[in-house]
Amino acid sequence: MMAEYSPDYVGTVTKYVFVESPSMTPGELALRAYEASEGVLIKETCFGLQVTGEPESVDRLIEVIRAFDPAHIFVKDRGFPPGDPRRCRANLGGARPGYLGHEREFRILRYITRGLEELDRRGGEEAEPAPPTLDKKPKLDIKRLQELIDTEES
Amino acid sequence: MAKVFIYPATSLILSDLVARFGHKPLGAALGIRERIQTAGVDSPPLQITPEEPKRGLKYAAVEVPSGVRGRMAIYGPLLEEAEAAIIVTDADLAFGCMGCARTDELILFSLRQSGIPILELKYPENEEEGVQFVAAVRKFLAGLEKEGEA
Repeated sequence: MMAEYSPDYVGTVTKYVFVESPSMTPGELALRAYEASEGVLIKETCFGLQVTGEPESVDRLIEVIRAFDPAHIFVKDRGFPPGDPRRCRANLGGARPGYLGHEREFRILRYITRGLEELDRRGGEEAEPAPPTLDKKPKLDIKRLQELIDTEES
Repeated sequence: MAKVFIYPATSLILSDLVARFGHKPLGAALGIRERIQTAGVDSPPLQITPEEPKRGLKYAAVEVPSGVRGRMAIYGPLLEEAEAAIIVTDADLAFGCMGCARTDELILFSLRQSGIPILELKYPENEEEGVQFVAAVRKFLAGLEKEGEA
């Protein structure tokens, strides 16, 4: 018989706030976010914050937080509430599932920051740079395929 | 405001840029949140119950492993909702077990078949590519606004 499941934090939204800034630490960000929290639950983490609350309150707070340092603060949705025993590493040990993906993208954030600042600076005056082209893998040549088949058969 | 599916569905960068430029990112977190916040039977860690593979039948045939169908029960409704998509093609962080890998292939296939506007990109590897990346995303999202108005 499976146990009943009664969820916590129903109707709330949780978002991650990442800060990758030379002038602001997660601690400072948390202090400033608390000042504007108005009932939104804030948890400080090593990379930034987790904010949990009613969708409208969270959106308002995120708007305030982003304004602190627009090009260095990044936000994404999270499915689980903070401290959930199924995800929190306090219960599991090791890195939280999903952390390694964040770590991978965290290294690229400085390029994104540069992109945001550069486009802001240009302000639409210069032509936008062409999007990066995707390298197409060369298709297998039919003669090469025949050679492969022949080698396999002999 | 358009609903934009992001791939990798857990991407911080894509999620942030889409929201930053005024649209709604559709990622894995939304599907997971819905399951985590719905009362029912306890089925940790993601509240995927035996019902999910049945729902996934809408997106994948019955011979397809239940792992793929179960995952499609999360992503399928998001794909249906999506009005556009941004795909990062060299996302090495989107690796996983066979279930994840096949689901990712099915997601990309479904997106390309659906006919919605799609932007395909690679992760930037230097500052210049970073500028190109952000510019491409901004231009694509601005184009969606114009389409919405027309």
